[in-house]
Amino acid sequence: MSLTMSDNADVRTASGPPVLHAGALSKAYGPITVLSDVTLDIRAGEVHAIIGENGAGKSTLMKLLSGHAEPTGGTMAMEGTDVTFANAVQAEDAGIVLVHQEILLAPDLTVAQNLFLGRELSRFFAVDDRQMNRRTAEVLARVGSTARPRTVVRDLPLAQRQLVQIARALLDDRKVIILDEPTAMLANDEVDALLGIVRNLRAQGVAVLYISHRLEEVEALADRVTVLRDGKMIGTWPAEDLDQRQMAELMVGRELSMLYPPKREAPTTRAALSVEELSVDHGKITGSFDVRPGEVLGIGGMIGAGRTELIEGLMGLRPAQARAIRVNGQPVTKPDVQTLMAAGVVYLTEDRKGKGLLLNEGLGPNLILQALDMINPGLRLDRKKEAGAVRDAVTEYDIRVRSLSVEAGQLSGGNQQKLLLAKVMQADPTVVIIDEPTRGIDIGNKSQIYRFIDDLVRAGKACVVISSELPELVGLSDRVLVMRGGRFVAELTGEDITEQNVVYAAASSGHDTEGRKRA
Amino acid sequence: MSSAEIGTLPENEGFKIRWGDLAPFIALGVIILLGTMINSNFMSANNMLNVITRSAFIAIIGVGATFVIATGGLDLSIGSMLAFVVGIMVMAMNALVPALGPWAIPVGALVALVVGSLCGLMNGLIVTVGRIEPFIVTLGTMGIFRALITYMTDGGSLSIDRSLRSAYRPVYFGEFLGIPYPVIITLIIALLGAFILYRTKYGRRVTAVGSNADVARFSGVHVGRVRTMAFVIQGFCVAVAAICYVPRLGAATPTTGQLWELQVITAVVIGGTLLRGGKAHIWGTVAGALILEVIANVMVLSDMVSEYLVAAVQGAIIIIAMLAHRFTSSR
Repeated sequence: MSLTMSDNADVRTASGPPVLHAGALSKAYGPITVLSDVTLDIRAGEVHAIIGENGAGKSTLMKLLSGHAEPTGGTMAMEGTDVTFANAVQAEDAGIVLVHQEILLAPDLTVAQNLFLGRELSRFFAVDDRQMNRRTAEVLARVGSTARPRTVVRDLPLAQRQLVQIARALLDDRKVIILDEPTAMLANDEVDALLGIVRNLRAQGVAVLYISHRLEEVEALADRVTVLRDGKMIGTWPAEDLDQRQMAELMVGRELSMLYPPKREAPTTRAALSVEELSVDHGKITGSFDVRPGEVLGIGGMIGAGRTELIEGLMGLRPAQARAIRVNGQPVTKPDVQTLMAAGVVYLTEDRKGKGLLLNEGLGPNLILQALDMINPGLRLDRKKEAGAVRDAVTEYDIRVRSLSVEAGQLSGGNQQKLLLAKVMQADPTVVIIDEPTRGIDIGNKSQIYRFIDDLVRAGKACVVISSELPELVGLSDRVLVMRGGRFVAELTGEDITEQNVVYAAASSGHDTEGRKRA
Repeated sequence: MSSAEIGTLPENEGFKIRWGDLAPFIALGVIILLGTMINSNFMSANNMLNVITRSAFIAIIGVGATFVIATGGLDLSIGSMLAFVVGIMVMAMNALVPALGPWAIPVGALVALVVGSLCGLMNGLIVTVGRIEPFIVTLGTMGIFRALITYMTDGGSLSIDRSLRSAYRPVYFGEFLGIPYPVIITLIIALLGAFILYRTKYGRRVTAVGSNADVARFSGVHVGRVRTMAFVIQGFCVAVAAICYVPRLGAATPTTGQLWELQVITAVVIGGTLLRGGKAHIWGTVAGALILEVIANVMVLSDMVSEYLVAAVQGAIIIIAMLAHRFTSSR
């Protein structure tokens, strides 16, 4: 490829006829509509960015366009001809391919074997390795990868694997390539290289649909920008008409509802939990923070910013070091999960079903698992106490159950979340860390959980809330720390806690210090 | 569905019959019925006691295996471990006879319990500290124990001192109120196992670790310790079985306990304990051990099938039990 990687103005404004047209695309799962009436054109030789908050419907749109899901309404047309895709293979045959955010490669096969997986070339009865390796080398050169066809994927760095994935998408001539958060797992210099490759594809006349959380990438790369919010299309703009702040505002654009309890008075006492220079996953994620009794500290940021990892590291649930962790002024000597829980710090995981509840067990075993030693001082289980705790929790946290002998897996998401909250509260903690307090639960249960959080903070406990839902983060928090790329990049207090400020800090660049000032 | 309903709910839901849990007992009943129809001698008290006594070894070891499997582990070394413990115990007793006389038996038994528990501890620590699949670890220790017993017996047999035989004999052949000692020991071990599993904090943690180790870890459970302890319990149970085994044959040989691991795992699994962990049934395991022995007995008593095919039938049973489970549990 002899094309220059520079941002050629001519290339940027080139606008051919639409390759792919989506007309009023909608998707509903049962009664729940996740995407409604999205209409957009994707033109040959353009980079079309799709932006939106977590849960705005970006991935649903991608799935519909690439045949991974079927729309429940609307039309799609490929170069003027109506098309429907029953599966991803049909979409690929039509020339549309989705490159997944996660690396989906078989690590023990070579690059060439991965590229041709499921569509191996053969000569007589044997696979034609020579031909496959030759074509792999061609397509690798096209994406600017330095990997060799015979290299085993396991031996490649992450960025190269991402390129191999893109190469696989380009093996056959594609008209539309959809990149889902292609830079989510890459380091900065790797991101620059990838952006160059995307520009290169554009120059070759490929239509690129680019999904990213990183607004500076969108600003640098996109020709047009489509904004989604709450499953609806807000609009499409030429990229030069929008700056990062305007994008953030378009992504959010709504008012705070009455769902949230009123804010409490600012606490003045010393920290209930203070964390100094915590370093998780060998320094990939670092941060210092403290939270005071009677305060909700919100931690915001995009998915993948490292929020959950930071807290799991704090709790000793993944490899981490800290200069100091203090609970009520007392240093925690051994930073493992048992010691922290004994000191009064509990963590409510975002992964309710995978890490929070024993789905095949009843209410009792789930409720008291974390507080077994507190409830049972001896070796024996006190069944009476356990039954009492279940009855109390069911009333206090309003867990709706048909009978007290149901298994946790049979409860609705909202009731599971309330059971989980009751579980971590069994040991009467002083610091409660809640990761995504209301993910996937209905509005009624949501407002109940907000009230529980408000209650426990008013009772003098300290609370840390990690949330990807901006209204929730803004509505609950007395103070917000925003994380981006494994670091805290902004602290917002008082009037400055707005959705726009959080999004701006979470998604845009160059505010490591500026963000604080703006706050 | 409202929260008000809760107060009015009767709490006798524990009595609700769970057919899945009863399956091994029903199967046992059916097989016994078949046996009675095939041969009238089958139901004789003599034959019945004989069958139950013989199933004691698998049942006792099976109680330990229920713990290991309930935590999501697996122990393939139990048959070889039994032979090794038997060997050590015989050597210890023989060495102690000159000094202690008949007291060599209880001291030797104590040695067996310690050695068995240590063998289990070793398996457990390699699995948890070394972070190696239990299948691989116990495959390795299975070979080690088997080689050690072959070495200790020099390929032949290691017999207990003549002076101890008559004193030790009742532990297998004796009876109390008409019930053979091995049956009583099995009952005690099963009762103990059921108590630990269903009534103690440790038992609760075993179930938690087996049903979802991540949930257990996030709830502050020492997952490694719980798993290791299950292997120790397994080793202890193997030693108890060894103590019952020695008076039966009076010797350890390189084939002692060979392939018992398969019978034990079969007993545990047809007893209703899930191989992937989480759901454990001590009494189901005991029923499973009985099923295996009763089937063998029925086949010997009937002339229809060669007794050489006993293992084939037992093998078929585990597959049928799993298929039945698959089709009854898929709602």
